[in-house]
Amino acid sequence: MNASAPVHSPRPKARWSRKERRYFWLGLAFASPWIVGFLAFTVYPFFGSLYLSLTEYDLFSTPRWVGLQNYENILQDDRFYTSLGNTFFMAFVSVPITLAASLLIAVVLNFKARGINYYRTIFYLPSVIPIVASALLWTWMLNPDFGLVNMALRAFGLPDPAWLLDPRYTKPSLILMSLWGSGAGALIFLAALQGVPKQYYEAAQVDGAGAWHRFWKITLPALSPIILFQLIMGLIGAFQIFTESYILAGGKADGGSLGGPEQSLLFYAVNLYQEAFVFLKMGYASALAWILFIIVLLMTLLLLKTSGRWVYYGGE
Amino acid sequence: MAVRLKAVLPYVLLILLSIVFLFPFLWLVMTSLKTPEEILKFPPTIFPEKVQWSNYQAAVEAIPFTKYMMNTFLICILNIIGQLLSAPLVAYSISRIPWKGRKVIFTIVVATMILPAQVQMIPQYIIFTNLGWVNTIVPLTIGAFFGAPFFIFLLRQFLLGVPMELSEAAKIDGASELRIYARIILPILKPALATVALFSFVWSYVDFMGPLIYLNDSAKWTITVGLQSFQQDHGAQWEKLMAASTIMAVPMILIYFFGQKYFMKSGSALTGFK
Repeated sequence: MNASAPVHSPRPKARWSRKERRYFWLGLAFASPWIVGFLAFTVYPFFGSLYLSLTEYDLFSTPRWVGLQNYENILQDDRFYTSLGNTFFMAFVSVPITLAASLLIAVVLNFKARGINYYRTIFYLPSVIPIVASALLWTWMLNPDFGLVNMALRAFGLPDPAWLLDPRYTKPSLILMSLWGSGAGALIFLAALQGVPKQYYEAAQVDGAGAWHRFWKITLPALSPIILFQLIMGLIGAFQIFTESYILAGGKADGGSLGGPEQSLLFYAVNLYQEAFVFLKMGYASALAWILFIIVLLMTLLLLKTSGRWVYYGGE
Repeated sequence: MAVRLKAVLPYVLLILLSIVFLFPFLWLVMTSLKTPEEILKFPPTIFPEKVQWSNYQAAVEAIPFTKYMMNTFLICILNIIGQLLSAPLVAYSISRIPWKGRKVIFTIVVATMILPAQVQMIPQYIIFTNLGWVNTIVPLTIGAFFGAPFFIFLLRQFLLGVPMELSEAAKIDGASELRIYARIILPILKPALATVALFSFVWSYVDFMGPLIYLNDSAKWTITVGLQSFQQDHGAQWEKLMAASTIMAVPMILIYFFGQKYFMKSGSALTGFK
């Protein structure tokens, strides 16, 4: 996790044997493409944005030192809080819903039904569609008058919301879209499910445990490391939501409609993009980036810390 | 009776789910074949009254699709070349050369996998601006030549399963590390390299934010940015938008069908990631 740690290449000391020294330089040489890239495109920009976050910079004049002013301004900025709220909604509502759907699909797929490969292909297919294309498709599917979703809802006599035009329904629209893509997570769960030792289930059946009981006592604990992994990736992903929002809100290059109706699709990454590349407030946006980094770091550490209580690693 | 239900229920669920998952695809293709009038007909129809193949030609000409596809493919190919040159080298270093420091490198590689891109995005943009590379494809391709952490990780996982004896036998025969890498390890890595090439292609193909930030000149746009711009200017032409989205999805679907086993490989590598 500590990505800020610079590479402390241990220097070859005199007490190293010739072989050790030879391997050191060889290893370093083979790893050098990544090391160079890491220094130039990760370490330098990482600290560069920390410095920029303490300046005012519009890309054309030289950066002007302003101390913590950007951070103070962020804490007064309504757009920051709106974007944070929207992002937390996705992280703590959409991500768990999508994960649960993935798990459900995986469990159903694991029933060893005939033709399982066909179903697997069908469920994964939406995940291979480029986000720009699938977001355009969902914009059309969720069209209030002529879209497929409302057509179906009306057929069952259910209410037909205006989806992307109604600020209360924009985020549920995004959840629908991510549910369509839940097959990708399902395949990861399925691979893990197939790795659960059969003896566990057989033993439980002998003891008379029902299907529901087996799911809670065997399947879920066995899958918990993968759930943790997908949860962390999902939370980090929520903070990067950009393309879906940009397309669903019908984004204009001048930033005019970024964020959708009543800014209900203004997510953290969208706000950051807007500050940096539409308003050219590079210092301010860098401060936003560092706050993002700290939030993601804290969330990940918190999850890893508390995971000991609910994640079971099988004896290996 | 209960036994019957238990046997049938999974199938019913799977078929229902399949219909729900497939319906948007049907809607996509059917819309792309309707006339603008039929699209706005009330109540809506599912199947077109008369199939309009000409929508595809109209979409390709209006966007300009071919040019954006060529731009996109060039970026994809450069990314594949870059990753194939760099990622296996680095994976080899941290999995098969017993040097002090490889554990540190591996730890950082894994850590950077979850480092949000936004943290580096702005300084990177400033670097590329100062180098005069904005509005070229360099910022969208150069990173690949230094190896993506995910691919390094994937190849390392794969290499851990390759017995060391293979290299040791060659070493006794006096082969150099580079020779072992090129002659023994790379051929074994072929399936894993195919996975890397596939993912590399897919990531570049679907990338939207990168081209949006770095390519200002519309002649240099990729297909994602081109399609978005078309939507922005001609929002309501759904038949063309859906036709273009369909064509755009086709390469991904083909790659998926022909490369399915390689996609699965990455899934199994991820499950080994605890």
